[in-house]
Amino acid sequence: MRLSELANPSRFNALAERVLPWLVVATALAFALGLYQALFVAPDDYQQGATVKIMFIHVPSAWLGMLGWGLMSIAALGTLVWRHPLADVAMKAAAPIGAAFTLICLVTGSLWGRPMWGTYWVWDARLTSVLILFLMYLGVIALWRTVEDPSRAARAAAILTLVGAVNLPIIKFSVDWWNTLHQPASVLRLGGSTIYPTILMPLLIMAVAFTLLFVTLHLSAMRNELLRRRVRTVRLMRAAAVNP
Amino acid sequence: MIAPMDLGPHSGFIVAAYAIAFAVVAGLIAWIVADHRAQLRTLDDLERAGVTRRSAAREEVS
Repeated sequence: MRLSELANPSRFNALAERVLPWLVVATALAFALGLYQALFVAPDDYQQGATVKIMFIHVPSAWLGMLGWGLMSIAALGTLVWRHPLADVAMKAAAPIGAAFTLICLVTGSLWGRPMWGTYWVWDARLTSVLILFLMYLGVIALWRTVEDPSRAARAAAILTLVGAVNLPIIKFSVDWWNTLHQPASVLRLGGSTIYPTILMPLLIMAVAFTLLFVTLHLSAMRNELLRRRVRTVRLMRAAAVNP
Repeated sequence: MIAPMDLGPHSGFIVAAYAIAFAVVAGLIAWIVADHRAQLRTLDDLERAGVTRRSAAREEVS
């Protein structure tokens, strides 16, 4: 199936109906395996002890918070450049999901920081840039809710999203560009991961589980958004019929 | 073999982190499911009231 064929909302809905049950099962299995590995198999860290278990939810949610905005940025290009009919639907549906994962990242990071750093929060570059990402998500969600016409809202949200995409490399490289209390990259780095395999493997399984969850929720939210637009069209038709 | 979990002196932070992550994800799932049902219900109500989209009318004819 070509991407252009998915531009038809009915075809997208039919595909989502077929794929979603499989995605739900795959997500549940991945979480069962990942949580078992993270909580019962992975050893404690030699310095951090059992608090390293927070990493198994903190790191994947951080990745997905950024992936959410990356996906929105591609969809924003789809809206502004190619005018793909599903691009703004994908962009709108991803915002609350990305915001939720970024919130999990911030809260779990805080709860990890208190016993390890002695503080819940510092205004270092990594923490601050992730907080800005969360606030930008809230801004985009507010923008979608403010403008009633979906196509006008989509154009405004697309521009805001593309401007906000500048923050993604800042988040990624903040630990290299500035002195931060947050540790430097230890998984996605040149020269390979510095994490021991018995801890790295559960982390990667949890990352797969979180990604599957994101895809499942995103497809479901896109389906909801298509329904919402259908409801809006029907209401407009009713209004036109009452006041011709 | 599942070893008994010893979360050490900072167990409160670990449990709180997992509990909050679970609550946020559960809330997100509940919101998406509720939204889906609400949209279907509204569409159903509108169509029962006799308002359908032109494309829906075409689908019924064909």
